[in-house]
Amino acid sequence: MMELIEAESGRLLAAITKLLGEKGIVTEDELVSRQALTDAANPGQGARMVARAWLDADYRALMLRDGAAAAEAMGIPMRGLPPLGVLENDAETHHLVVCTLCSCYPRAVLGYPPFWFKSAAYRARAVRDPRGMLGEWGTIVPDSVKLRVVDSTADYRWMVLPLRPAGTEGWDEAQLAAIVRDGDMIGVTVPGV
Amino acid sequence: MDDLEVPRAQHDMGGVSKFMCDPVDTDTHALTDFDRRVDALRQLLGAKQVMSVDELRRGIEAIPEATYHQLSYYQRWIRSIADNLLVRGVISADELRAALEAA
Amino acid sequence: MLQPGTPVQVKLDWPETRGPCHIRTPHYLRGRMGVVERHLGDFPNPEDLAFARPAARLPLYHVRFDQPALWGEGYAGDAIVVELYESWLEAR
Repeated sequence: MMELIEAESGRLLAAITKLLGEKGIVTEDELVSRQALTDAANPGQGARMVARAWLDADYRALMLRDGAAAAEAMGIPMRGLPPLGVLENDAETHHLVVCTLCSCYPRAVLGYPPFWFKSAAYRARAVRDPRGMLGEWGTIVPDSVKLRVVDSTADYRWMVLPLRPAGTEGWDEAQLAAIVRDGDMIGVTVPGV
Repeated sequence: MDDLEVPRAQHDMGGVSKFMCDPVDTDTHALTDFDRRVDALRQLLGAKQVMSVDELRRGIEAIPEATYHQLSYYQRWIRSIADNLLVRGVISADELRAALEAA
Repeated sequence: MLQPGTPVQVKLDWPETRGPCHIRTPHYLRGRMGVVERHLGDFPNPEDLAFARPAARLPLYHVRFDQPALWGEGYAGDAIVVELYESWLEAR
């Protein structure tokens, strides 16, 4: 059996999908439509949640209390998906999300995880030298700010609610959402104008 | 930097010395068609309760360390999926062998 | 049920030495002291799900660890917060 699973990956995928199709377990149509659905998820969804939270105190409270409900309120389907935890940055606290054991990522609201999030370097350094590692993005967390590194080991998926940057007074939701990137919602960067 | 001297599984990477001096590749790496298709397959197997995400992880963790780092992220996934489907009897070794020869 | 604020010690156990397993308690926390922040809910034990075995529901907690204390280096006040199952925690 060992040598079978060592087959070249493309051939392995083709062989498996063929067998599963023949057995009626997974069809080609299902694969295509699931792929399309997954491709549609993107960080803009999380960005809209952040922007709304910056403008609407009740929505912010919902997001912190029940991330999945807050996502659903923005039209992001969450039924059957892992619980979503939202980590609120403030003037004294900066959050950083990692999965040292694999690559657990808030995919429902941010889309596919970026390459760096899945890398050995990120998974190793985020818990042991987070401030040094953030330098890879040019991000400096001041000494007056405490870092909370959240290692996603179980059923929750985590996203960061970053601080609203100065210089955005009077901006509407769309303008605010446009400056929030995937890295901001993981904690490797902060939004700025 | 020293490692904690403990019987750590190879995928359990928090703070592990050999990665601590590695730069983080912060570039965007686009997913390939292969990547997206494997991802969709995994989700469908989970939704249909054929293979859970926990089983996927177990299968990835069982990959020998050297191979783990040679395979791409989704190459690890398809190997784990194959392993789990065989172990669970969803597909047989003979079926897979035949399908591989035809692929 | 462990209450918020309870000091806990992560079990110093290495199932990895006893055969195939799937453990979601990172190696760097085994035997270390932390504080329960909150109960996140009850979830089926992944150690069993990974082998398609019937899985008991276990309480899952967010537990905070002093980051410099884990590594002997770092910034005072920095923390690592990790989801841990009750089966891995002992109240102290």
